Amino acid sequence: MSERASEKLMPVLTASWADDRSWTLAAYEARGGYAALDTAFAMAPDDVVTLVKDAGLRGRGGAGFPTGMKWSFIPKDSPKPTYLVVNADESEPGTCKDIPLMMASPHTLVEGVIISAYAIGAERAFIYVRGEVLHVVRRLRAAVREAYAAGHLGTDIHGSGYDLELVVHAGAGAYICGEETALLDSLEGRRGQPRLRPPFPAVAGLYASPTVINNAESIATVPSIVAHGAEWFAAMGTEKSNGFGIFSLSGHVRRPGQYEAQLGITLRELIELAGGVREGHELKFWTPGGSSTPLFTAEHLDVPLDFESVAAAGSMLGTRALQIFDDTVCVVRAVLRWTEFYKHESCGKCTPCREGTWWLVQTLAALEKGQGSEADLDLLLDQCDNILGRSFCALGDGATSSITSSIQYFRDEYVAHLTHGGCPFDPAASTAWADSVGRVAGGDSVGRVAGDDSVGRVAGTSASEGRRIETTPGQGGDR
Amino acid sequence: MTDDVTLTIDGRPVTVPAGTLLIRAAEQIGVEIPRFCDHPLLAPAGACRQCLVEITDAGNGRGFPKPQASCTIPVAEGMVVQTQVTSAVADKAQQGIMEFLLVNHPLDCPVCDKGGECPLQNQAMSNGRGETRFEGVKRTFPKPINLSPMVLLDRERCIVCQRCTRFADEIAGDPSISLVERGAQQQIGVAPGATFDSYFSGNTIQICPVGALTSEQYRFRSRPFDLVSTPSVAEHDACGAAIRVDHRRGTVMRRLSGEDPAVNEEWITDKDRFAFRYGVAPDRLTMPLVRDGGDDGQEQRAASWLEAFAVAAARLRAAGPVAVLTGGRLTVEDAEAYAAFADLLGTRDVDFRARPLSAEETVFLRERVRGHRGVEYADLESAPVVVLAGLEPEDEAGTIFLRLRKGVRAGRTRVVTVAPYLSRGSRKLAAELVACVPGEEAAALAALELPEGAVVLAGERLALSPGALDAAADAAERAGGRWAWVPRRAGDRGAVEAGLLPGPEGRDADRVVAAVLAGELRGLVVGGVDPDDTADPAAFRAALAAAEVVVSLEQRPTDVTRAADVVLPVATAHEKAGTYLTWEGRPRPFPQVFDRPNTMSDARVLRHVGEEYAGLPAAVAGSGLDTPTEQAGHGLDTPGLAGARPGYPTSEDARWSSSPRERSESWAYRDHPDADRAGHEVALATWRLLLDDATLQAGDKHLAATARPAVARVSPATYAALSGSGAGLDGDPPQAVVVTGDRGSLTLPVEVVRSMVDDVVWVPTRSTGRGVWADLASPGSRVRLAPAGGEV
Repeated sequence: MSERASEKLMPVLTASWADDRSWTLAAYEARGGYAALDTAFAMAPDDVVTLVKDAGLRGRGGAGFPTGMKWSFIPKDSPKPTYLVVNADESEPGTCKDIPLMMASPHTLVEGVIISAYAIGAERAFIYVRGEVLHVVRRLRAAVREAYAAGHLGTDIHGSGYDLELVVHAGAGAYICGEETALLDSLEGRRGQPRLRPPFPAVAGLYASPTVINNAESIATVPSIVAHGAEWFAAMGTEKSNGFGIFSLSGHVRRPGQYEAQLGITLRELIELAGGVREGHELKFWTPGGSSTPLFTAEHLDVPLDFESVAAAGSMLGTRALQIFDDTVCVVRAVLRWTEFYKHESCGKCTPCREGTWWLVQTLAALEKGQGSEADLDLLLDQCDNILGRSFCALGDGATSSITSSIQYFRDEYVAHLTHGGCPFDPAASTAWADSVGRVAGGDSVGRVAGDDSVGRVAGTSASEGRRIETTPGQGGDR
Repeated sequence: MTDDVTLTIDGRPVTVPAGTLLIRAAEQIGVEIPRFCDHPLLAPAGACRQCLVEITDAGNGRGFPKPQASCTIPVAEGMVVQTQVTSAVADKAQQGIMEFLLVNHPLDCPVCDKGGECPLQNQAMSNGRGETRFEGVKRTFPKPINLSPMVLLDRERCIVCQRCTRFADEIAGDPSISLVERGAQQQIGVAPGATFDSYFSGNTIQICPVGALTSEQYRFRSRPFDLVSTPSVAEHDACGAAIRVDHRRGTVMRRLSGEDPAVNEEWITDKDRFAFRYGVAPDRLTMPLVRDGGDDGQEQRAASWLEAFAVAAARLRAAGPVAVLTGGRLTVEDAEAYAAFADLLGTRDVDFRARPLSAEETVFLRERVRGHRGVEYADLESAPVVVLAGLEPEDEAGTIFLRLRKGVRAGRTRVVTVAPYLSRGSRKLAAELVACVPGEEAAALAALELPEGAVVLAGERLALSPGALDAAADAAERAGGRWAWVPRRAGDRGAVEAGLLPGPEGRDADRVVAAVLAGELRGLVVGGVDPDDTADPAAFRAALAAAEVVVSLEQRPTDVTRAADVVLPVATAHEKAGTYLTWEGRPRPFPQVFDRPNTMSDARVLRHVGEEYAGLPAAVAGSGLDTPTEQAGHGLDTPGLAGARPGYPTSEDARWSSSPRERSESWAYRDHPDADRAGHEVALATWRLLLDDATLQAGDKHLAATARPAVARVSPATYAALSGSGAGLDGDPPQAVVVTGDRGSLTLPVEVVRSMVDDVVWVPTRSTGRGVWADLASPGSRVRLAPAGGEV
């Protein structure tokens, strides 16, 4: 088992991260960096597109759209310039792959940009980086400067006759700008809100010109495909989800971090690689791809983490942001925090997302405090039903995922809040320092102590087991 | 796009033109899908999500997995659509959206101006849940905020459908309001220190689907269900915009845009919307006034209508040669009545032009404009090129401006403007500037090479530019295109058609003034002329004083009524029925809004005076003065009494061909030798801003506050010459300029305009003091520029 898990590890993008000053051009070139560029320049641009198509690379930003196919949508006869835009506006709660990638190995992304731009015939490319991560913006800009100085960017790159200008643009801190058309508006200097489609960006994107928008990890994967070939890449992963990806484990595991592995690895394997769930606790629920993807529980530990299998199990692979929550975590509390995030980040353009998230937070906050009735759960589900698939973009859909899935798996825990007259959990118990400084102190400070046993029982209960949660009589505010 | 597409909506086949949006295709079979952000004249937004429908087959055999916003989806052949009528999914989706919209809406309908005519209220009833399930805390804002001096925003009512911001951006081209903040805090805002500066701002109030936008003028004044609506036509320009007059107990409470796809679509200017208080001004003339004892007699006194008719008729009979001068507010019916009245008086000295004019223009109007039709609004958005000459549509003809902008935005029309500089309006039309010193338009027009189908719009200001009117028409005809003369005032085109301008034997308004001062004319009948609008205000006032008899038909006191022997109060546009002719020549009839027993139209007043006049024996009227039949020089028979039927149309006769003398007398710019150009003598460019000191804009301070400030505009080179010549205090570049002409000086803030031709200064005609013609210079003259010291 252990052997099998480590076999699935596939460090490619992350291979150099432990190198000394891995972010420098020298370190990148020492590992053969920018060699794939020459391989690509030796090919016709269309052949590069075909190569990426054959490799079966699918978008790493969440939706999994085939990258090569997206490139081939660019019209060949457009009188307007073609642009490549890299979406590095990584803002989803839990998602943390592009930012470490750009910190540790920015040149991987830059080389990917050059090859991809060459393939689609763009002479100008943009990397749109989340505005809050100034250190990443700085590092990326330094890398771009290095690349210009070394002749990897600018005019007549590597003597190929191909010119490319690359601009690193910092966003201003809005989750919505990770939505590709909102990103384009923001990049153009406008208010970032999603655009009506059609026209699609491939036809009229940035400055109404043909535009390819790819996730940073997708683009960073391209050099390895060029270097090793389509067969190498396609041989990895599962039938329809080829290759590898960065799996970001966070939360209650012993060694959280980035685990680059073939698609199709399971959470059970990843947790094993990460040293297991936090000492003395059990896995309660997890997100397969960030806060916008429906929750999974322990029963999904063996779901292969590829696009098809995760979808078949009722969630989405998303950005492989695996947030692990153990039995100390109140799911209502976690869901409320996420929902507050969506309320804060809703751009306001469409009604269901703007008003719906406002309302969801109020309903959830009341439930967390033990106010309301069980009928409010149905109200919540109905609110979600009125948001999901009704909003302008996927932000609204994402806001409902954790609510509907948490009620599906943990309805009893919601009800327990009502019967308990508040949250039956000790919030301090879930903190990282809970075991080191003593959970009791934290519990005392909030004036509510839930014994180990009761917490364990709650966590070990799921709706599928059909058992009611036991709560301490007299403690609840049964209404 | 002309192909038809057949699809199925709610099980019923419907055939519509390709490109039609689903929401409008559904209307064809009587299915009204609720909507807020959708507006037929704005680009689809898909923002409110209220119009969700199920598309079970997109025309390709596959359906959409999720409900789609029907305001964003064009029809496709074979499409199968289920609206809320047949789809439980669509119905639930719509009810869900409606519930969300009301989550943060205050539901203060009982105190909201929109209550009773509110799309949110109505559709919440028709397509929403009866009871809300929301028991939480609503978002609130301090209320209201001023987007402009006129437009107010109550943010908590706003459902951020973006109709207002999209209108400002797409239609008006004034994108100074915008979405700010995000999520439920998202709101409409203006930049700090800025205002929603637009001549068309009131339209946003009208298309707001909730009560978020209100006007200072109407806010808290009335409930919609207490109002009576009468369709009408705006009286402020020659565009003939359809409006709706909402009134209560005999008072206009507000005016809205009417809907007329052929003319103004659904938009009007703020002047058309808000400028109506003049009709209820406290100084409205309500009783006829008569001055006893002739010109040097006593104070005017109130008189009965019967007495006033009789006195007016008798005085006119006694006076001798009389001229008839009118302003621009006349309906066609009024203009015809004035023309008939002039015939009755036996005078050929009639003119509707209460503004600088030229003899050349007289001939042009008579021979080329009268009866000429060719250009219509629809042509403005389809012609390959539209040339503007002596015309600033944003200021002088707002409906034309919006139509042109529509064509330009659609990429069908290119605008070329022959003007001294690229105005703000021209920039919004992406116009190409043919820079031209005022007075030299004829040469610029002659040099134009236009594509076939081009349209030339010649503004009335070309009257002062020798040869320009003919050059404009010729330029169009040369290219096989069409042209139109675009006057500023509502009554002007009708007056031309009614013959209310001098024939070859008649005197135009300027010469009437001269003739009165020379004693050749003894009386004046004046209807709606502001002396300060005329070419020589001082001379006009002197003529009023010199005339033996002045009969004034007016709504409110003016220098004319104060000088008059008989003042006959007349109806405002809302108090009479009538017809305006648009610049196109299109008749725009409108009904009477208020029937006030004591208020008569100009035509009715003239009819009564005419009856009295006709009843007076000519011999009695003699009193030693020339009778009309004895007037020298006119050589035309006075119409017999039998012919003096009130309201009869003017006859076509020899009067309408011009004489060689008249042609040779064309208005010419006063030539100055080149030596005079030394220093800062420059040409004067001027036109009236949409909102200025005009009579019919009186009475609304909020509207007045939205007027653009008066500035003097010069080119960079002219400015450099100005500031280089020393007078800038402390060596600072001058902030203001003193413009001095043959009639006085104006001190105005100076604005440097890159596109301006050199040696020209532009000032607004009626935005300062008594206006340019009274306070600054005579038409066509040159002025001098000097830096102003100190603060302006």
